[in-house]
Amino acid sequence: MSAVDISKDLENATLVVSSEFAAAPERIWRLWADPRQLERWWGPEPYAATVVDHDLRPGGHVSYYMTGPEGDQHKGFWRVLEVEPPARLVFEDGFADDAGEPNDDLPVSRAEVAIASVDGGRTRMTITSTYGTTAELEQVLAMGMEEGIRAAVGQIDALLAED
Amino acid sequence: MGETITAERADAVFGALADATRRDILSRAMGGDLGISELAEHYPMSFAAVQKHVAVLEGAGLVRKRADGRRRVVTTDMDGLRNASVVLDHYEELWRGRIDRMHELLDEDGLPSPDTDTPDQEDRT
Repeated sequence: MSAVDISKDLENATLVVSSEFAAAPERIWRLWADPRQLERWWGPEPYAATVVDHDLRPGGHVSYYMTGPEGDQHKGFWRVLEVEPPARLVFEDGFADDAGEPNDDLPVSRAEVAIASVDGGRTRMTITSTYGTTAELEQVLAMGMEEGIRAAVGQIDALLAED
Repeated sequence: MGETITAERADAVFGALADATRRDILSRAMGGDLGISELAEHYPMSFAAVQKHVAVLEGAGLVRKRADGRRRVVTTDMDGLRNASVVLDHYEELWRGRIDRMHELLDEDGLPSPDTDTPDQEDRT
């Protein structure tokens, strides 16, 4: 395991992951900008990622699929928002349907990648991921409980008023 | 971390919550005594369609169904809903794995590449 700093903000459904690398920012940028490099680390084990399109420009798309151990395929896409080599990359990451078209009914997350050189020729990369649907989930929880309690109290009041 | 969540479960939960009708069903079913047909009255869709939404929620572990006479009663599983908030833990694992693989990939930079850097003396003759 390499040294990774993690911070989680459940309320805002945000995860910040940061790590320092013994390489120049340009080399770290290539992990994202070279599709052959990207597919070597993107897929969670045991899934292998294959990058199909890779247009790393604002407004551009990256499309990929992940192949599972049983040959099952899962398609995904990036919508590229900001590109500043080798310092900054912002994109949305979501699921795609079988035809490879973005499926916005499924959760879409947003990732901000910041790459900065630090002392000794090293580089720190910080990834801030925001998962909108977790926020929705928390919202459902909070809203549902509040409304549920209010409704229950209202019913009791109504019953008592009948007496 | 005591709680873990599989990628499959996270996807099921996300998929279930991605739909506004299903989120509404969750809110209504928190009271715990609504039959599917009573639920269906709230939505401009068929009983079968509502039943399908309930099945998706049930599959994600967010509601439970039980029989009360001839009624099928739906109850929101509050524990299931709370557990769902550990999805961030799942993403933490995902990104830890990715960072590890990035480091491994960079470690390879110092090694001679098998297809380009190997001098082949035989070819020179």
